[in-house]
Amino acid sequence: MSFLPTGTVYGVLLNFRAEFGALAPRMHEPPYKAPPKAPVLYVKTANTWTPSGGAIALPARVPEVEVGATIGMVFGEAGRVAGYVLMNDLSVPHASFFRPPVKFKCLDGFLGIGPALREGGDPDAFSLEVHIDGELRHAADFSQLVRSAAQLRADVGEFMTLRPGDVLMLGCNAGRPLAKAGQRIEITAPGFEPLANTLVQEAA
Amino acid sequence: MKHARVVFEGRTFDATERDGQLLLADGRTAAFDAVQWLPPLAPVPRPRTILALGLNYADHAKELEFKAPEEPLVFVKGEGALIGHRQTTRRPRGVQFMHYECELAVVVGRTARKVKRGDAHDFIAGYTVANDYAIRDYLENWYRPNLRVKNRDTCTPIGPWLVDAADVPDPQALALSTTVNGEVTQRGSTKDMIFDVPFLIEYFSSFMTLSPGDLILTGTPDGVVDCQHGDVIVTEIERVGALMNTIEES
Repeated sequence: MSFLPTGTVYGVLLNFRAEFGALAPRMHEPPYKAPPKAPVLYVKTANTWTPSGGAIALPARVPEVEVGATIGMVFGEAGRVAGYVLMNDLSVPHASFFRPPVKFKCLDGFLGIGPALREGGDPDAFSLEVHIDGELRHAADFSQLVRSAAQLRADVGEFMTLRPGDVLMLGCNAGRPLAKAGQRIEITAPGFEPLANTLVQEAA
Repeated sequence: MKHARVVFEGRTFDATERDGQLLLADGRTAAFDAVQWLPPLAPVPRPRTILALGLNYADHAKELEFKAPEEPLVFVKGEGALIGHRQTTRRPRGVQFMHYECELAVVVGRTARKVKRGDAHDFIAGYTVANDYAIRDYLENWYRPNLRVKNRDTCTPIGPWLVDAADVPDPQALALSTTVNGEVTQRGSTKDMIFDVPFLIEYFSSFMTLSPGDLILTGTPDGVVDCQHGDVIVTEIERVGALMNTIEES
């Protein structure tokens, strides 16, 4: 039985230094007018969840998706971290981060979820790779976060309780690859069971 | 029928309204003020999707100096933000502007995928009242309204009742009002929604499957004011209910 969350899954934008740096020149311009102060969060609703090995259907209007490979911090009782899980956080590519990204991130199936919870580990030492059809397309080193896992947890916890079963993803690095129907995305990380999903064209 | 979920004598009960009292699932009755009210929502196997609309009344959009949106402005909440009727919402010390938002909340009744607006009514279990508080001090222009404004613990009271859809024949003809300490501060009608309930069901279900128990909070009209420690806020919608909440600074 593969792992599935039992709580709300939160994602965070701009939590890799390279990702933040790439947008920094525009952060003082409209519509943003200032760099973000609090963590920039979004929700991956339950309809997005796809177990590892499952196919993810792309609607006809979505020729390509952005692959947001990350690691989710899974919460247990009293705000303790129960473990970590690989996540394939897909998005319809979008250039503006002004409005909440529901129509870009909450499509059915748009979150691949690693097969197993990894208990323990040092999140600052995590790293991952993304292979698409067997070719290395992306890498992320979680020592390069704007807010470390511990800092992110503290800053989010300042305004909302992370409840047992909730998941807080740590962010996606810059240079997220694109993938299209027919391709197989595999996310691997030392100490984690790999996460693989295949993209398919949605039946008309 | 009006459905509630309450804690009475340490146990959680489904209840319905009868003759101004709560009829508990075990056949006993309880006074409204003898129970702790929970959100009037049955537990669901997977985390509930809670969609909430911003700027969905033209007058409120104008009040906030925005032009009316061309497509729904929607954000998502976690279930941890919800509390029941007659509970307390925390206002952080030092905040300048925290306001209520009286909203008609739609509770999904059947799995909804690619539903056409003409069929939307068949997918609605019922309606309740939500008070979608916002603390404007924390607004930032990144995925706005950001979760620090809209996903705070205790900041989304909902209830007291889930009213069956059959008892609300026209959800676009309901008066809304809010009182602060008994004084009316907000008045409106669901007829003034920019995107009405059938549209929203069609729009969301076109790209995301809605499941039984999911919620759509449909936005608030003009007339939001700052709420201070000790204020008692009642958000009321015709035929659906009056949701009471108290502000506590901490």
